[in-house]
Amino acid sequence: MTDALLVHMPALAVVVPLVAAPIAFLAGARWGRPVALFATALSIPVAFVIAWMASTAGEKLRYQIGGWDAPLGIGLVVDGLSATMLLVTAVVGFAITVYSLGYFAEQEKYRFFWALWLFLLASLAALFLSADVFNLYVGLELVSVAAVALVGLSGKRDALIAAMRYMLAAILGSIFYLFGVALLYGAFGVLDLAHLAAVLGPDVTGQAAFALITIGLVLKTALFPAHFWLPPAHSNAPSPVSAVLSALVVKGSFYILLRLWTDVGDPSYVPGMGTLLGVLGATAIVWGSIQALRQERLKMLVAYSTVAQIGYLFLLFPLVEIAGRHVADAWSAGVFHAVSHALAKSAMFLAAGAVLSRFGHDRIEGLGGLSRRAPVTMMAFGLSGITMMGLPPSGGFVAKWLYITASIESGAWWWAVVVLAGGLLAAGYVARVVVPGFAKASADASDADVDAGRLPKHMELAALSLALAALVLGVLGQPVLDLMVVGDPASGVIP
Amino acid sequence: MNWPVIALLAAVALPFVTATVIFALGETRSTARSAANLLGAAGTAVAVLAAAASAWQGREERAFASAGIELLDIGFGLEADMLGSVFAVVAGVLWLVTTVYAIGYMSRSADRARFFGFFSICVGSAIGIALAENLITFFVFYEMLTLATYPLVVHSGTPAALKGGRTYLTYALPAGAALALGVVWLHVLAGPVSFTPGGALPFGLAFVHPAQLTVIFALLMGGLGVKAALFPLHGWLPAAMVAPAPVSSLLHAVAVVKAGVFGIARVVLEVYGPDAALLGLTLPLAALAAFTIIFGSVRALVQDDLKKRLAFSTVAQLSYIVLGVVLASPLAIAAGIAHLAHHAALKITMFFTAGVVAEEVGAYRVSEFDGLGRRMPLTMGAFSIAALGIVGTPPAAGFTTKWLLGAGALDSGTGWVLAVLAVSSLLNAAYFFPIIHRAWFRTPRAEWASGPAPGRAEADLRMVVPLVVTALAGLAMGLLAAAALSPARWAMLVAAMEAL
Repeated sequence: MTDALLVHMPALAVVVPLVAAPIAFLAGARWGRPVALFATALSIPVAFVIAWMASTAGEKLRYQIGGWDAPLGIGLVVDGLSATMLLVTAVVGFAITVYSLGYFAEQEKYRFFWALWLFLLASLAALFLSADVFNLYVGLELVSVAAVALVGLSGKRDALIAAMRYMLAAILGSIFYLFGVALLYGAFGVLDLAHLAAVLGPDVTGQAAFALITIGLVLKTALFPAHFWLPPAHSNAPSPVSAVLSALVVKGSFYILLRLWTDVGDPSYVPGMGTLLGVLGATAIVWGSIQALRQERLKMLVAYSTVAQIGYLFLLFPLVEIAGRHVADAWSAGVFHAVSHALAKSAMFLAAGAVLSRFGHDRIEGLGGLSRRAPVTMMAFGLSGITMMGLPPSGGFVAKWLYITASIESGAWWWAVVVLAGGLLAAGYVARVVVPGFAKASADASDADVDAGRLPKHMELAALSLALAALVLGVLGQPVLDLMVVGDPASGVIP
Repeated sequence: MNWPVIALLAAVALPFVTATVIFALGETRSTARSAANLLGAAGTAVAVLAAAASAWQGREERAFASAGIELLDIGFGLEADMLGSVFAVVAGVLWLVTTVYAIGYMSRSADRARFFGFFSICVGSAIGIALAENLITFFVFYEMLTLATYPLVVHSGTPAALKGGRTYLTYALPAGAALALGVVWLHVLAGPVSFTPGGALPFGLAFVHPAQLTVIFALLMGGLGVKAALFPLHGWLPAAMVAPAPVSSLLHAVAVVKAGVFGIARVVLEVYGPDAALLGLTLPLAALAAFTIIFGSVRALVQDDLKKRLAFSTVAQLSYIVLGVVLASPLAIAAGIAHLAHHAALKITMFFTAGVVAEEVGAYRVSEFDGLGRRMPLTMGAFSIAALGIVGTPPAAGFTTKWLLGAGALDSGTGWVLAVLAVSSLLNAAYFFPIIHRAWFRTPRAEWASGPAPGRAEADLRMVVPLVVTALAGLAMGLLAAAALSPARWAMLVAAMEAL
């Protein structure tokens, strides 16, 4: 009995939010809330059980929907990486749901939020569990559809324009991706990741397919210079949506890149590709941070911070290529960075949203006295800033530690310089918010009416909890580091 | 878990727990908050003393209480050893004293929950620094201290405070990056580095990678030198004097700045060990410390603002510790380590005084101190004891330091240090004696002539008692320097192990 239930656990990660979504749609603005709360709360134990299954199995687990084997049926795969991503999705998803209960007070305008939100979570879960490149595509498309709709949710002009831009970038990305998939299928006749890994050879068609898929995914991940759509989309969306976009959605497409370049092939499969992705990542770190330093609005600053932090993820590729895989490796650094950034950036956007509700605007110059007006939110913002800077004891610190180790060990010390410089730049943009926060409140006439609106406690605490989670991850993160390499044949190999 | 391990963990954890409670109680429940704060500080003081006692017990076998967690090949570990106990006791015990003082000093101030919360985090970080078992753990707490100090520097929220805070971060954050690079690099080269008396580098590494080890040393010193206020990295310290008096007293005379010099001591003595001299790294550092001593003293001479004068005096005094440690003869090392405690007690007294005087009679400048001794005899008496102590007049503690340092310098064949000591002592006298002279021998302002108002203490006793206690402690450390558990004796035991 228990075994029979356990077998279906991976499917449950998708099914729970997927079933809840139409229920929330039918339930409307009011009753959609408890449905979402229940479904996202249930996703956490489901994710934990899946993680437990993966780590006790110690290898990739396959689950065939309806019992049909690949290449005919749809397969789900659970290994450490997918279990890690599911876990992060569940935790961040639940915290954002709690926050949203206060943020979307029963407004008719946001009636569709709950259904779209649950649908997005289901799509992400499906993406992280997909076993072949076509199902990954389907997952990616569903994520994009839900995300675009959520960006435009407020119906404001700026939001609609941003959503439209986002959609165009996403569609363009999909076209490239689909092209690549078609080439792969033509060349090798299989789509399943494991089969593909087995038959992949130094073949020009295969290399072209990898390049096309990478272009498509780079667009969707908003890696510099394809980041143009991200800041408007992430900053004009309602804050809970901004949080999930920066925390999880961009990691969805990055996840596929990771599967492709480190599971199926390796970064040397297309000569120069690893270095190219790394250089773009390094540029993103510098460019995104400088842009963040120049923004006048808080949410734009946080969005550009995402552009910069995405850059760190891509340092993984050149460093895995030159340094190889072993205990303290660049692969773990990238994945760990994805995890800690997911926690910290969602905290940061939720805090920014709280600031927006508290002050009625998010102009950075008008945020004086934040620490007195909303101390918990200020704390959440500051603590998540520590992860952005990569200072201990945060999870970002461990990621940077591993990156710097890998780059010094392999003699490519310039990546270490980029990592450290990025930390200082991050300190600069975090300080732009934190420093005036400690200033005496400006004697604006508007102070009085601003002070009238107190924030619901659970909103502030949701942001603070995520920030604290990102902070302690750097010291207590060993279980996560252990989990994410489960079933990864390359881990533990000393070159 | 046996009691030494419990004491070790409590010493580091209690301040953080206290901070959490303070934040949770918030601004309004001030009585409960003060009670929690005092309780936490008292508990911490007991815990650090217990940890030190356990270090004393285990000193012969070098069996110290330790605890830790692993993350990949990074071990986060704590250990209550002899050297670390010195700094832990200084920070933990003075925290209790400072808490009493701060409750009095901040009684009319705003944002007290924030202030006391971050204050506790700073102390916890300092104790973590003291008891860190390896370089990575040290770095983690070191950076936590960097960040947690910032809200305290800018506490008043005035433009001047924000400017001081910005200066502080401009120095501290790049220093953190340099330190991070040095720590990771050393980790790659030498593996996990546990602090070990006599050096922790694998045998022969200095011959294989002399250039890399030299660059790493420079990075580490650059990172630690900011908090240690080594010239030319000292500029943030005078700027940070905009902070409230308790911050200047405990953090900018003791916990933060000594985290820097303590780190230098750990790196020079317990990471590089003899390899530092082998690579020719000690002499430049000694020269820099000597220069900082003279430079800081000269700059102190021309400051009229009392807190600024004290800050430059701190710049100079910190380098006594650095100098003692790098000279590497047992007596010199003992001088450095003992001065960690001596200077702490003496300088905190003087900053306490500066705060009380500013609060009570509104005097900030040395030139406003004429006849202050009549108005505030206890306060200025304590100040005078401390000042004489720093100058090195026997029998106060500063004399013990200078005596040991001079003897140690002769042992290590660096006689020029004696000249530095002599010049520095003259300069110390030149910037402190005028204050003493003004306070006691100049004609007081009319309203001060009759002393404190009848039937009233000279100032809030919550502030006066702590500074009298610390002044007496400073005096006792010198008078009883030969007693069994005095800082000087303790330091000589540590030095005997380090110089092996």
